[in-house]
Amino acid sequence: MNTTPKQDQQRFENHLKHLKKEKRHVWAWQFVIFVVFFAIWELSSQLQWIDPLLFSSPSSIADLLFQKATDGSIFLHLRVTLLETIAGFILGTFIGIFLAAILWWSPRFSKIIDPYLVILNAMPKVALGPIIIVALGPGYVSIIAMGAIISVIITTIVVYSAFQDVDENYLKVLNSFGATRYQCFKEAVLPASFSTIISTFKVNVGLSWVGVIVGEFLVSQKGLGYLIIYGFQVFDFTLVLSSLMLIALCAAIMYQAVDRLERKLIKNSK
Amino acid sequence: MGFLTLEHISHQYFTTSSYTKAIEDINLTIDEGEFVSFLGPSGCGKSTILSIVSGLITPTEGNVFVNGSPISKQSTSIGYMLQQDYLFPWKTIQQNVLLGPYIQRNVTQEIKEKAIHILEDMGLGNVVTAYPTQLSGGMRQRAALARTLITDPHIFLLDEPFSALDYQTKLKLENLVANTLKKYNKTSLLVTHDIGEAIAMSDRIYLLSANPGKIAATFQVPNHLKSLDPFDARQDADFNDLFQEIWKELNALEHNS
Ligand SMILES: Nc1ncnc2c1ncn2[C@@H]1O[C@H](COP(=O)(O)OP(=O)(O)O)[C@@H](O)[C@H]1O
Ligand SMILES: [Mg+2]
Repeated sequence: MNTTPKQDQQRFENHLKHLKKEKRHVWAWQFVIFVVFFAIWELSSQLQWIDPLLFSSPSSIADLLFQKATDGSIFLHLRVTLLETIAGFILGTFIGIFLAAILWWSPRFSKIIDPYLVILNAMPKVALGPIIIVALGPGYVSIIAMGAIISVIITTIVVYSAFQDVDENYLKVLNSFGATRYQCFKEAVLPASFSTIISTFKVNVGLSWVGVIVGEFLVSQKGLGYLIIYGFQVFDFTLVLSSLMLIALCAAIMYQAVDRLERKLIKNSK
Repeated sequence: MGFLTLEHISHQYFTTSSYTKAIEDINLTIDEGEFVSFLGPSGCGKSTILSIVSGLITPTEGNVFVNGSPISKQSTSIGYMLQQDYLFPWKTIQQNVLLGPYIQRNVTQEIKEKAIHILEDMGLGNVVTAYPTQLSGGMRQRAALARTLITDPHIFLLDEPFSALDYQTKLKLENLVANTLKKYNKTSLLVTHDIGEAIAMSDRIYLLSANPGKIAATFQVPNHLKSLDPFDARQDADFNDLFQEIWKELNALEHNS
């Protein structure tokens, strides 16, 4: 039997419909899980199946957030943490890329420094917290430093290996035109590693949150991390969980933003 | 004295575990505007010879002269075409073609017009602002040729530039490259392992034996074959005679080693 163009079109439309339906199913289930989770939490808290003092409840968290939003105090903490995270992320990422460029520039330096990089990478960076605070003072500078230091070494290592993986023949082409090493870097090495660099952005967003929250635990002045540690000390778990919810929300939004950026940049560079 | 002279060129590659003698005692002279080919099994040092002529690697022994003076002491401009086009995927075709002038910091209005002109010559006039990924293999290799031509190099080095292409595209491109290089009177060195391609395109063919790479035989292409387009040359009776001759020689080399 011959298939006419009309039938082909029909099949294609059916296929699209099928895809749409599948997507709706997924959404519906995601929504159901969300609602059921909070409903069970609320219910078990109301009925004292779990200790409301320890596990709070969605309604008291909402109350607290609403109250802190109306008096504006939550925005102060939120802003502090956000700014520290963004600063830590940017610093960590760009210092990492810069170090990677230096390693690429001087193969000998890279060989010399290699074992130290391995050690620094293996070390749990948050353990440096107290030393950083002693060195830079108990303020936002230390917290930003924590947010940066946690991602800088891994960025250096990942980006440097991307620099090394660039096809030698691009450099051959450039060298045949008499390019300098800086030109080779700018014209071939850096743009060819672009997608790796952007993928480190995504990882570093998550890492910066870890660094900043730990930093706020230690410095204990302002921010969502401070609210968590404060709530823990005064046994106000509604406060702890409210801060946690906000952190989850902000981290997810930031991650999505970087993801969007990545897709846009990669599309442009293709 | 020829335009390009290689004198007692030998080259070794060193690794931590051993060394390889890639080529040994290569001597040859090429006149200005001549087109020569290097034919031989893979690993016999063909690419190494081109890298040495380009100055990208320094031979462990011997000297390369251009117009009588050592190549390291002068700025002979070299054009390099590789097996793949190595167009930069993040640059447009026009930006790719202008890469040489851009690196040398002399992108003028005149050069830009020249780029457009060359691209039109290559039949790429309508993809100037396209990105390499949007082009077919043959078009990309033509763009790579344009990129090499624009800096007006004295010596053209072609390292198996057609081997990644399908047969039909390859034949068309052979014609284009041979005619273009002849038109601009370029001195060209082609590396290939296709006997037919070597005969169709060149004035002289060097046959290399492997381990270490040495010149095993030299073939002069008959004058009337030289004057034909590569495609027409392939149809000529003399083409077959020379093909047979080289074929036998290649087989003999294999048996000796
Ligand atoms: N960078 C290198 N380091 C070590 N050995 C090499 C290197 N480049 C080429 N060789 C060796 O030198 C020989 C000649 O290589 P090449 O000139 O690429 O041959 P061809 O182009 O004829 O295939 C081969 O045996 C190859 O393994
Ligand atoms: Mg080769």
